[in-house]
Order: sequence, then C-alpha cells, then structure tokens
Amino acid sequence: MHKLWLIIKREYLTRVKKKSFIIVTLLTPLGFALLMFFSGFMASGKMNSIKQVAVVDDGGILQNNPLEGSQMKFTVVNKGIDEMKSEYVNDGYDVLLHLDKIDNLNETKVNVNYYTDDKMSFFTIESLENKLSKAIKAYKLNHSTIDKEVLAGLETEVTLENGLKDGEGIGDNSSKMASGIAQALGYIMGFMMYMVIFIFGGMVMRSVMEEKINRIVEVMISSVKPFQLMLGKVIGVGLVGLTQLIIWIVLIGVAMMIIPGLMMSSMDSNTVEMAKEIQNNPETANAVSGLIVELKNQNWLLIIPVFIIYFLGGYFIYSSLFAAVGSAIGDDLGEGQQLMMPIVIPVILAIVMLSSVMTDPDGPIAVFGSMFPLFSPILMPARLPFDPPMWQVIVSILLLIGCVILFVWIAGRIYRVGIFLYGKKVSFKELTKWMFYKG
Amino acid sequence: MNQQDSNMVLSLDNVVKRYHNHLAVDHVSLDLPRGQIFGLLGPNGAGKTSLIRIINAITGADEGHVYFEGKPLSSDHVSEIGYMPEERGLYKKMKVGEQLMYLAQLKGLTKQQSQENLKYWLERFDIKSWWNKKIEELSKGMQQKIQFIATVVHKPKLLILDEPFSGLDPINTNLIKDEIYELNKQGTTVIFSTHRMEQVEEICEDIALINKGKMILIGSVAQIKEDYKENKYRLVTNRDITQYLEPAGVQIESQKENDYIVKFSDYNSNAFLSNLINDDIKIISFNEILPSINEIFIKKVNEN
Repeated sequence: MHKLWLIIKREYLTRVKKKSFIIVTLLTPLGFALLMFFSGFMASGKMNSIKQVAVVDDGGILQNNPLEGSQMKFTVVNKGIDEMKSEYVNDGYDVLLHLDKIDNLNETKVNVNYYTDDKMSFFTIESLENKLSKAIKAYKLNHSTIDKEVLAGLETEVTLENGLKDGEGIGDNSSKMASGIAQALGYIMGFMMYMVIFIFGGMVMRSVMEEKINRIVEVMISSVKPFQLMLGKVIGVGLVGLTQLIIWIVLIGVAMMIIPGLMMSSMDSNTVEMAKEIQNNPETANAVSGLIVELKNQNWLLIIPVFIIYFLGGYFIYSSLFAAVGSAIGDDLGEGQQLMMPIVIPVILAIVMLSSVMTDPDGPIAVFGSMFPLFSPILMPARLPFDPPMWQVIVSILLLIGCVILFVWIAGRIYRVGIFLYGKKVSFKELTKWMFYKG
Repeated sequence: MNQQDSNMVLSLDNVVKRYHNHLAVDHVSLDLPRGQIFGLLGPNGAGKTSLIRIINAITGADEGHVYFEGKPLSSDHVSEIGYMPEERGLYKKMKVGEQLMYLAQLKGLTKQQSQENLKYWLERFDIKSWWNKKIEELSKGMQQKIQFIATVVHKPKLLILDEPFSGLDPINTNLIKDEIYELNKQGTTVIFSTHRMEQVEEICEDIALINKGKMILIGSVAQIKEDYKENKYRLVTNRDITQYLEPAGVQIESQKENDYIVKFSDYNSNAFLSNLINDDIKIISFNEILPSINEIFIKKVNEN
C-alpha cells in the first residue's frame, strides 16, 4: 500500500509541478471563454464580407417588397439583363439576379437565374431562395383580392408553456428554457468526458510507453508489482485530471460571480445605456433572468458529484485500456494504431449516440447507452440535466464500478506481460492469451 | 536441499520456467552461500534473464522452489535484493536526488533512512553536487553511477548485477569493482552476470554456466579449470628438441623456434623432462597451461 502511495505521489507531483500543467489549467477556461465569444461573433455574421447583389427586376416585383439581408446588399438596376450579364463584375457586384415578369399569379413555380463570379454556398442560395419566395408571395398578395387584415389575423404564434410550472399535477415541471439549458449542459458534459478520456488516457499510455522505452520499468518491477505500478500511474494521472477539473469548476464559478459585477463597473456610459435598454426591454430581461434562474434551478448537488463519479469511472476504464495498449506497443506508435481501435470505437459510438440521446433523453437509445459501461461515462452525464429516473442512475453507476474493476484487472494482466516484451508485433489474439498467463 | 539452511542466501530447487512451448529455465538447482561472488554465465538467450527475474520475484517459477535465506521467496524479499538490469533505466526528467529518494523508498526505506544512505553514497562517489541535476543532463558514465547507487542504497543482502561494467571507462570500472568488493566484504552476496570472461576469472569464486535453460557447469573457478585442463604445457629450451617429442608420445600444438606448446598424452612429464636434462638440454621454462574460462565456455556451449 505504501509503495502504491509513493507511485501515485510521484506520478501526480511530476505532472502537477510542470509549468505546462499550470499554464494549461489556467488558460483553458480563458480559451473556452474566447472560443465562445469568437463563435458568437462568427454567428453574428460580423466577420463575413457583405455580398453586393444586383437585381434586374423586369416585372417590378421588388418595387414594394425590397429584398433585405445582413450578409447581402441588394440593388435594383435599370438595365437590361443582357447588358448586365457582361457588366456586373465591372460594376462591383458579386451576384446578379434576374427576375422575370410574372404573368400568371397562380403559377407556383418561379425560376430565377443567378450569375456570379464566385461559387455561391449552399446556404447563400437557400437564403436567397427564401427571400425571393417571400418577396414574390408579397407581390402576389398585393395583386390578389385576399383581404390583408384577414390574412394577418391568420398568423398565429404558439408558445408551449409547461402547465405544471406553478400549479399542481403529475409530470415534469421544467420550462422550455430549462430544456434548452439541459441540452446545452448535456452536450458540454458529454464532450468533456470525451476529451478527458482521450487527453488523460493518452497521457497514461505515453507514460507507460516511456517507461518501457527508458527501460526504467525493469528497475521498478524489481521493487514493486507490475499491477501496483500500473494502478499507481492510472490513479496518479487521474488525480491530475481531477485537480484540473476542480480548479476549472471553481474558476468558472468564481468567474460567473465576479464578471457581471466587473462588467457593470467598467462599462462606459454608452454600454451602460445599452445594458439599461436590455434591462428595460421586458423580453430580453425575462430571457436573461430566466436563464439565470434556470441555471440556479439545476440540481447541481446531484449533477456535480454524479459527474465526478462518471469522470472517474470513464477515466479508469479507458485509461487502464490505454495503459495495456501502451505496454504492448512499446517504441513504435504507428504499430499501436490498430491496437487503439477497440478503445476509440466505443468512444466515437458514444459521441454519435449523444445527439439522439439529447433529442430523446428517456428513449431506448438513451437508456441503453447510459447503462452500458463503455458508453455510460459519456451518455449518463449528458442525461443528468434531464432528471433521469434515479434507479437508472444507480444501476448505471453499479455497472460502471463493476466494469472498472474488470477492466483494470484485464489491463493489469496484459500490462505485466507487455512491459517485458520488446521488438515484437502484438496481435489481439496474443493480448487475450496474455490475460491467462499465470505467474 | 534443506529448507531451513539459512547459511544459503539463495537456493533454487529444480526451477522450471516455460514460455509457450519453449523451456527458458530447465530444472535449475543452485545453492548460493552467504558472502560469495557468484558468476552467472551463458550465451545470449540462454535463460539468464529469465532466471534472474525468478530470483527477483518478478516472475514466478512454473515448477520447483526458490528459497531466500531458507524461506520460500516472496515479494517481501524484494527489499533484501538489489538488481541492476543489463538495460539501464532511469527517469530522464527527474532530478538525481528525487529519483534516488523515490527508488530507495520503493525498496522499503523510510524517508530518513533513504536520506542517510544516499548521503553516504553520494559523498563516497564525491557527487553530492549532482543532487539537483536532471538525469538527462548527466553523461552515460555518470548515469551508471546513479544506477549503481539506486541498486545498493537499501543495503541488500543479495546483489544481482547484470553486465555492471558495460559502458564504463576503465577508471569507473575500477571504482565500481572496488565498491562491489567492499560490499562483499561487508557480507553482501553478489550474483554477477556477464559475457566478459576475464572479469569472471578475476572477480568470481564460483560460477555457473547456463545454456538453453540448462545448468551445464557449476563449481569454483579453480576447480573447473582443473577439471577441464588438457595436459598442455609451455616448454622453452636452449635448443631444438623435436627428436625427443615423438618417441615420448608428446604432441606439438605450436612451435616458435625453441618455444613449444606441447600436449602430453599421459602424465609422464617428469620422465620426459629428466630425459632432456640427462642430455644436457637446458630448460628455460616449463609451465602448465590451464584453459581460460572463455575456452571452457565456448567448448561447453558448442558441445551442447
């Protein structure tokens, strides 16, 4: 036991004391913030260039129904299409659209030709089609006998609200907002597990290979049992991961408390004005406060500890497999690729299942995936914000623990043979044989 | 073999180790008395490393028994054994001090004991200033010294050294050799595995020769040489003696003027010499040529 402790301590301290660890631990949340900011910025479209679109409008369709778009600037030109076809590039346009006259208002199919210098993306074409179809619809409406007020009265916006939210009754009482947040949280936790498995599992594998290549392993094995060495490494690296995770949770928690205050105090009058506007706008204010309320409503006291259990369980299963593979491949990483397949495939499958789990968090795929121990570390945390039945969580955790013991044992059997083998290409058949060697 | 015989540091009793269909260690028995320097010889792939791993309790024997000081060998004994593998290895990124403290504590020493023992060794090798250097900053020879200290820091009763001098310059070889003698004087039993036969003859009292997993020769160096001698002598005279040789049944192995290497068919050297003396031939030198361990080694391995 004492020796295991010494090994864990060394594996932990040598990593935590590294400068790179400190930098990564502190910078990753910052990187995430930047990434979120950046993707928000990208989504807002401010980064894209604005396309200049010239429109030859033979039928005057756009006269009362101008086209508008954030990514495109439309200009109706009073020239013939044949002339424009040869001139639009020189005139500084990126795209030329040609709307023919519409003779028959009952025609439901209209073809619009476009000419462009660059290839247009699928999304641009779709968005143009939408805009044109709206404009043509409005044009047709203007020329029809339908009463516009009656038509406007037909437009109905439906908001689905949970009836149980404030009242009494049977069923789930979360709001639409809560579902959105649950989904976002589910994705975040699922992907975090995915990263944990590959980053820390890979760390264990590299470290096993290093010891084998260094030949220190023979010295170590004359003092400790191979299983102790492997377990010490897996636990030590796992604690590094846990340390990092806890620092991140704390950092994010602190940031969430401090940053809004900081932002308020450092804002100039202009942004304060904007912030006030947002607060005064009842819809956005509701959304923001709703978000905060829903985030606070999440059952963090359940989610965080259960997430940590899956974090450790998933980590132990996969990192012990990585350790076994690391011991078998030795100095040739290329050779190890095929041995890594059985580790990579279940993780990828779990990620593929993640989206269907998110759309139907209590469906058969979700239930199976969050029980099966090779998938559950990724899929059960993703289900947690959706309040899965407690018995499923408990059964899944028990299966996970059983699987951890089994896999650590199997990996230990492979490891103790693998670390002494040099210059031999190892097949799966051989690995299974190693499991049953005695001594 | 007596299980209670605690004069034997190590006893192997019909030890067998199999890998797949191949016998790596084939019914090897061995008694190693306390305080010996024992040479373990054998060509590559003979089963030396397999045997050493069994003695180190790294792997178990498939058949047979291993006793350490009269008790069945268990993993508790690893703190009594020091093992320096042929392929040296240290954590390259670790500092000398950290590394040695770690390995010493893994051998079961307390932190304080480790510090004391390390202080002794680092002072002895005059390398105290290396404490905060990383292993990768040291030369290969320097790393070997650290490796040696790591092997002996816990004062093992049994020291297993696999090619301890490979990669060392003559000065460091002597330094380590002296330390081995010193430890041996203090009561440490040493198993010394090497291909360098001249070192075996110089250092070891008893040797064992292993080939294809079998122990094919065991005994003291002097006795083995005596057993394998071939009645060869070097004879130097003041004139040609070829005419005397054939009638006496003496074969010439080689000749350089009056310097002969001869082989007697039976033990009649005295009669032959008195013959020469009677004819007033001056005998400048006459000595027996004992086979080197190297020759015996090659002969035995080829016989097998």
